[in-house]
Amino acid sequence: MDETLLKTPLADEHVALGARMVPFAGWFMPVQYKEGILAEHKYTREHVSLFDICHMGEFTAAGPGAAEALDAALARSVADQKDGVCRYNFLLNEAGGVIDDLIVYRMGAEEFFIVVNAARIAADFAELRKRLPASVKLENLSDSMAKFDLQGPDSTAVLTSLGLDAAALPKYYHWGKFELFGLDMLISRTGYTGELGFELYFDAAHAVDVWRKLLACPGVKPAGLGARDTLRLEMGYPLYGDEMDESTTPVEAGFGAMLKLDKSERVFVGSDALRTVPPKKHLRGLVLEGRRAAHTGTPVLLNGTQAGTITSGTFAPSLGCAVAMAYFDASAEIPADAEFEVELHRAVVKAKLAPLPFWTHGTANPKE
Amino acid sequence: MAKYYAESHEWIELDGTTATLGISKYAADSLGDITYVEIPVSGKAVAAGEVLCTVESVKAVSDVYAPVAGTVGEGNADLEADPAALNADPENTWICKLEGVNASDLGGLMDADAYAKFVESL
Repeated sequence: MDETLLKTPLADEHVALGARMVPFAGWFMPVQYKEGILAEHKYTREHVSLFDICHMGEFTAAGPGAAEALDAALARSVADQKDGVCRYNFLLNEAGGVIDDLIVYRMGAEEFFIVVNAARIAADFAELRKRLPASVKLENLSDSMAKFDLQGPDSTAVLTSLGLDAAALPKYYHWGKFELFGLDMLISRTGYTGELGFELYFDAAHAVDVWRKLLACPGVKPAGLGARDTLRLEMGYPLYGDEMDESTTPVEAGFGAMLKLDKSERVFVGSDALRTVPPKKHLRGLVLEGRRAAHTGTPVLLNGTQAGTITSGTFAPSLGCAVAMAYFDASAEIPADAEFEVELHRAVVKAKLAPLPFWTHGTANPKE
Repeated sequence: MAKYYAESHEWIELDGTTATLGISKYAADSLGDITYVEIPVSGKAVAAGEVLCTVESVKAVSDVYAPVAGTVGEGNADLEADPAALNADPENTWICKLEGVNASDLGGLMDADAYAKFVESL
């Protein structure tokens, strides 16, 4: 392997389980285990899978002025976020481009936990430090904190079988503090699969032990980043670097309504640009004819002319066809029933617009 | 019937002048879950080493090459609906036939033992 790749505490566990290891965002990570991506994908949709997500970053921001400063630093309001709630948010540059997409957990009046993308840990930390006053202590816990995602409709049953009270488990996009295997854990009802699931944060020193104990629970199987990608693509969830980067605004990526730009006068870094500069492109979902996947950078043609560019695509195991996400020029007139052509490896396939998410039977937030 | 392998990981079995072609277990395992198999168009003359078709998995795209010269014959249409059959039993799942194959062309290929050693060396 490439010696410069970073390893999670579980690298040896993955290899022992027969995982195929690949570089991802500078990390040595399992793309799949022995059963393969399709089986892991299906198992997550129907049962419960355990993902090693220790590569992602975690910060805490705490101290007088934290709420007000984070509110001005991030694209969605932090000030009106209640204790116990997780909120998907964006760290933007002045031009409204996405430095990172992240999740903010409110732990108290002036105390926050922030989960960021692995490849953006250093950039986010530096930027947040600049935006927060000296009274706010910003800590990077990424190296000492483990993150496991337990995802799938049976994940509640796994946690209750380990002694957690079902009624006490957090609701969708909420978090709580729990004791599991005698360890203090922060558990949130969040995830990247579209299925009911939890993200578990705890001291990385116990990562191997917790991994083994969770995999020893009846019905729990490991899943790799391959399935994580097919699962998130079926949900139309963006992947930083594919659908979002510093030259893309959250409005362009489809999160305009979430930002409530016209409903409030909130000022945050990037808000001027978002309010005054019209979007240059729009992210749309595409369903391709057949099973062949279109990959990042592939042109999408309409009547022989390039109308868009694929940001990411895959064969969608739950749908049985290929899907993709693509940016289209904001000025282009795209009829809803447009028939596109996508040039693949030695073939041209037809594609049509499709609403996101592609997969509409997810259990992540069922009507309770 | 003896099976012969190419360095590009296809296998063929020759019966008279008709060869049956597939990809090796090593190739199928390396690709991972196969989601699409292009069935070669019959009637096309191909040279040894020429691309016959494409096989895709969730995370990879790979070309399949003609190990010897011939004319593309029948394709295994079952693979259109069930590409995963190539993962399940690659050494017994054929992709297409090659017609008009010259037995003397097999000399450039490996037998099963030689291929096993070749794969071990990779």
